Amino acid sequence: MNIANFTPQSAFLGGIIIGLAVILFFVANGRLAGVSGIVNNALLSKQNRSDNFLFIVGLVLGPIFYAFFTKNSIPFLITSSLPIIIIAGLLVGIGTRIGSGCTSGHGICGISLFSLRSIIATFIFMITAIITVSLIG
Amino acid sequence: MKIAMSKINSFISGIIFGVGLSISNMINPEKVLGFLDIFGEWDPSLIFVMLGAIIVSAPTISLFKYRNKPLFTDNFAIPTLRSIDRNLIIGSATFGVGWGMVGFCPGPAIASLALANGYAVFFVISMLGGFFLSRLVKNS
Repeated sequence: MNIANFTPQSAFLGGIIIGLAVILFFVANGRLAGVSGIVNNALLSKQNRSDNFLFIVGLVLGPIFYAFFTKNSIPFLITSSLPIIIIAGLLVGIGTRIGSGCTSGHGICGISLFSLRSIIATFIFMITAIITVSLIG
Repeated sequence: MKIAMSKINSFISGIIFGVGLSISNMINPEKVLGFLDIFGEWDPSLIFVMLGAIIVSAPTISLFKYRNKPLFTDNFAIPTLRSIDRNLIIGSATFGVGWGMVGFCPGPAIASLALANGYAVFFVISMLGGFFLSRLVKNS
C-alpha cells in the first residue's frame, strides 16, 4: 500500500460543508439528503416533487458557483470506456434503489442516525467497490 | 409561506451539497477510484469527507429528531425499517460494483452535470434507467 494524492484538509472541509447541507435539509425540511432517493422520487413520486427537483438543480449549480466565485477549476477525469460507464450507471441505479440508499443516504445520513442497516450497507458497498477496483484497476 | 421556505431551503441545501462535493473533489471519479484503490496507490482523502460530514450531522440530527417538527414542514421523514434483509445486502453489493467500475455514486454523478462532460451525462441517463429497472427487480 502506497499513499498518493492525499488531500485531507480540503476533503475534511468539503465533508463539513456536505454535513451542513444535510443538517439544513433535515432541520428545516425534516428530510434526509440521500441523493439516490431524492433523484428517484423526483422522477417517480408525486410527493415533494418540486422540493426534490429544486434540490437537484441546486446540486448541479453548486459546482458552478464554487468554480465561479473561487476561480478554482475542479479537477475531473473519467477514464472508463462508454460501455463500462453505461453498465456501471445501471448497477448504481438498480443497486441504490434495491439497497435503499447510496453514499449520502446510508454513508452519511444513515450513519449519522446510528442506523445498523446503514452501517452494514456502507460496509458492503465499500467492500464490493474496493474489490471491483482491485480486479479491473 | 412555510411551503415556499421549504422549497427555497431544498434549493439552498442542494447548492451547499454541490459545493462540498467540489471542495472535497469527491465529484471527481478519478479521486474516488484513488480512494477505493487501497491495494494500489491509495488516496485516503474520502475518509475525511465522510468523517467531516458525519461529525457535523450526527450530533445535530440526534438533537433535532426529538423535536416536534421541522422548521418548514409538518414532520420528520426518517426511515423506520430496521431489518437487515436480502434487498439491503444485494442492493448495496450491486451498487458498490457499479461505484468501483467508474468512481461515480449518485450525488457526484448528478453534481458533475455542471461540468458538461459527455461521459457523465451517459452515466446519469443510465443510472436513471437503473432506477426504473429496480422497480421490476425489487420484491419480485
